[in-house]
Amino acid sequence: MTVPTQRPTGLLSRPRATSGFWAWITTVDHKKIGILYGITAFGFFLIGGTEALLIRLQLARPDQALVNAEQYNELFTMHGITMIFLVVMPLSAAFFNYLLPLMIGARDVVFPRLNAFSYWAFLFAGLFIYSSWFLGGAPNGGWFGYAPNSVVDPTRGMTFYAIGLLIAGIASTVSAINLAVTILNMRAPGMTLFRMPVFVWMGLVVQLLLAFSLPVITIGLVELLFDRLFGTHFFDVAAGGSPVLWQHLFWLFGHPEVYILILPAMGIVSEILPVFARKPLFGYQFVVFSGIAIGFIGFGVWAHHMFAVGLGPVPNTAFAVSTMIIAIPTGVKIFNWLGTMWNGDIRFTTPMLFAVGFIAMFVIGGLSGVTHAVVPSDYQQTDTYYIVAHFHYVLFGGAIFGLFGGMYFWWPKVFGRMLNEGVGKVNFWLMLIGFNMTFGPMHILGLQGMPRRIQTYPASLGLAFWNMVATIGAFIIAVSVLVFLVNAIASFRRPREMEADPWDARTLEWATSSPPPEHNFDEIPVVHSLDDLWHRKYAETEGGRVVPVAAGGSGEEAPAAGPDAEHAQSHGDGHDGAHTGGHHGGHAIHMPSPSYFPIVAALGFPFIGYGLIFAIPPVIVLGFAITLAGFFGWALEPSAE
Amino acid sequence: MRKKTVLVLGLAVLAIAAAACAPNATQSALEPKGPYAQKSYDLFVPVFWVAVGIFVIVEGLLLLFAIRYRHRKARTTIPPQIHGNTRLEIAWTILPTLILAGVAVPTIATIWDLASKPTGNVLEVNVLGHQWWWEFDYPDQKIDTANELYIPTGRPVYVTLCAAGFGYGAGPPSEPGPPAPNACQTGPPDSFPPAGIGASVIHSFWVPALAGTQDVVPGMTNHLTLQADEPGTYPGQCKEFCGYAHAEMKFKVVALTPADFEQWVAEQQAGAEAPGQTEAEKGFEVFQSDLPAGGHCTDCHAIDGLETDQGQPILSNGAPNLTHFASRSCFAGCSLANTDENLRRWLENPSAVKYGSFMPDYGLSPEQIDQLIAFLNTLE
Repeated sequence: MTVPTQRPTGLLSRPRATSGFWAWITTVDHKKIGILYGITAFGFFLIGGTEALLIRLQLARPDQALVNAEQYNELFTMHGITMIFLVVMPLSAAFFNYLLPLMIGARDVVFPRLNAFSYWAFLFAGLFIYSSWFLGGAPNGGWFGYAPNSVVDPTRGMTFYAIGLLIAGIASTVSAINLAVTILNMRAPGMTLFRMPVFVWMGLVVQLLLAFSLPVITIGLVELLFDRLFGTHFFDVAAGGSPVLWQHLFWLFGHPEVYILILPAMGIVSEILPVFARKPLFGYQFVVFSGIAIGFIGFGVWAHHMFAVGLGPVPNTAFAVSTMIIAIPTGVKIFNWLGTMWNGDIRFTTPMLFAVGFIAMFVIGGLSGVTHAVVPSDYQQTDTYYIVAHFHYVLFGGAIFGLFGGMYFWWPKVFGRMLNEGVGKVNFWLMLIGFNMTFGPMHILGLQGMPRRIQTYPASLGLAFWNMVATIGAFIIAVSVLVFLVNAIASFRRPREMEADPWDARTLEWATSSPPPEHNFDEIPVVHSLDDLWHRKYAETEGGRVVPVAAGGSGEEAPAAGPDAEHAQSHGDGHDGAHTGGHHGGHAIHMPSPSYFPIVAALGFPFIGYGLIFAIPPVIVLGFAITLAGFFGWALEPSAE
Repeated sequence: MRKKTVLVLGLAVLAIAAAACAPNATQSALEPKGPYAQKSYDLFVPVFWVAVGIFVIVEGLLLLFAIRYRHRKARTTIPPQIHGNTRLEIAWTILPTLILAGVAVPTIATIWDLASKPTGNVLEVNVLGHQWWWEFDYPDQKIDTANELYIPTGRPVYVTLCAAGFGYGAGPPSEPGPPAPNACQTGPPDSFPPAGIGASVIHSFWVPALAGTQDVVPGMTNHLTLQADEPGTYPGQCKEFCGYAHAEMKFKVVALTPADFEQWVAEQQAGAEAPGQTEAEKGFEVFQSDLPAGGHCTDCHAIDGLETDQGQPILSNGAPNLTHFASRSCFAGCSLANTDENLRRWLENPSAVKYGSFMPDYGLSPEQIDQLIAFLNTLE
């Protein structure tokens, strides 16, 4: 807690740009980093979507040869990698980065420079994987990368996959620890764990899932990399290795990963529903604990991806039961969301439509998921389009619908401008129709015998009709995404004049201006209850009627002065050398200074990767040197500008 | 709002009608043709209807609440701030638990049922998954064939599944190593020309009308029981992604009456006969001579009962055994019907027809191709 009063001495000075290109490159502001995550993820969403359209064009009719088998394998592999690692995860990270500190009443995350480092490492991982298209072929062994097929393939694709995901894994691990510590240590005074918004709770569960599951896939990816590059034989039966080892490592990560992808959207929906039903979340504790339960049980269901592998009846029984058990907390959430809508005063804004759409679609994905737990039935369904249908109902109907709802909901907070509601509704209905046309028929296709990952199918299988319907649906989805894009771009043509709380919302991020100032809150808020902002605005009379507290009802009346407020400052500022004492009025709040070094440290990773793939030792050394230089600069730069 | 409900119902009916009108799916899991596929189906159907019931309730409530509690313009009051109802929440935790317990019991029973080896008059077949075709080996009948699995009706077939092919080499991944061991190989070990003929990777054996899937995993010996009640041809294909020609790794199960099956066995057990007519004789010459691009057909393909001009038996079996090639209705992973025209396309350049095929383009002249086709047609 030192307040630097003179310019600090050091070897290096910190960047000072507050706007323009260099401000974005050197930023450590969690809000700017959140926006960077969002834009990058959306860019990859457009690319991954284009890959999906090519897949659907190829499959629109039987016996087509728009692409050959090799190109098709690259397309479906890159579609999976992109949507999972470069879209849903970082888009969720965008919301976490932007909102978690605001929701818990903090000024930033606990390690702001590490936060920037996570973003740059993620960006470079994505660019690195995509550069493979131009360097001898993209990954072609599926996002699941089953060995030995992923090892014996002669192209470099799966080496790009292994290294790219390792870099992305570094980004996610660092970010997970950063955000988990932020949630646990940076809460505003009075913000007890059970006063945290559900989105923050889901954020905490997701970060812990990441922190515990990423090490497992890291081991698998290192083994894959060693098998491909250095002649080890981890997965080679002829040399005593085991192909099933990869599957265990992959799915022990891969199933928690499914919850890493869906829990953020569940958190978003749990924020949107109460605001537009104008009621608190029904059974807050139940929703929180069911989220925690999903997090724990999520580590015990991985072998339900492997029912047909031949593990034997004992493991198949055990994992059938654990899979059925995880359906229970998931079901609890759905009923609690229904309870939230019950007896509400529901305003069907675009975010609310997406949230309700999420519930409607996720129910379908959840129910088809239960049919997979019925192992003998899964023997027929596994590796067919029935599975493709199932997980798209969970990850598109679920995660993507939730994330779109989140974008419409927090857009005014982040950009100070509203997305057009009418266009938003067109966006929603087109997406809902297109989505169901695309993935609904895939249930039928799978049961009628269409395996996954085939680049073509003969007319004799009788699968042509539903495949054509699915392809048309995919293009309707594409139109809906274009509608969103138009809506987003058009919003920036409007002036930036947004009130702090346009939706009459319940949580703290709406207590500060839209967009929030760099320091988030002029004064660290003091929290007295769950949905604190709502309680500042409304009170219940003795008869149980809910009435506005006072004219205007803004958050400014919050009891910020007094002993609690003193506590707020010392609590809120004691976490990072770069943070210094805050004072009333906001004019003396020092925020962490920008830094060049997070991007430098992350920049070394792709060099190491290219050096390994093309076997050029100097490039590997250069990569390590860049990263080390980044870390040294990081350590040696002065703590403040 | 009622109009909307009618519309939704109408669309659902339309969808079902369209499904009924769609051409008959020939590889469907929804039309089991034997007791083992029936067991999977009999579990799926009740669970499906339970799921439909829950679907109707949940989506119905969602729709009902969305309509009933939508904001009305005149409304100015704020709804009561209800934070939950513990009893209700416990109820909707316990209720799904009970439903799932009800589903778990028959599930577990069937898992163990399907995992047990059938007893009685069982036909045993070894199935080897290659990149990218299926080898069927009948150890008791001493038959080795490809792409078409013949079985008798009314009799359980106990399938032993193995992955065939090579392991990694010592160098880069593209360099093949020694053959990976498997428990299904009863004949001579696979022979591997320098180029390699496919790696030992994971496949999955699936003929939905007769049984659920079982994976074919290098280093593991898996089993599956299937049975057909009626004579017929049941299509199947590899279900686990296994590389370039995964989509072309198909097969057929041909179920014959027991008498017809015995006759088939007798035909298959006989060796091939030397070609009688000139064109086919020339084809047999091509089959064993140096090919234009180097190599020999005999490097990979076996023909039982024939000898080369040097008096050597033709035993190599890294690729499909061709002894009774002309009796098969399909080839190239059952992706092509066995016609002269398709054979010509195939022999001109295999990987142009089946992308990634390990059979190289041998640079055969049109004349040589015609001779080879004539020869192959004699292998009945």
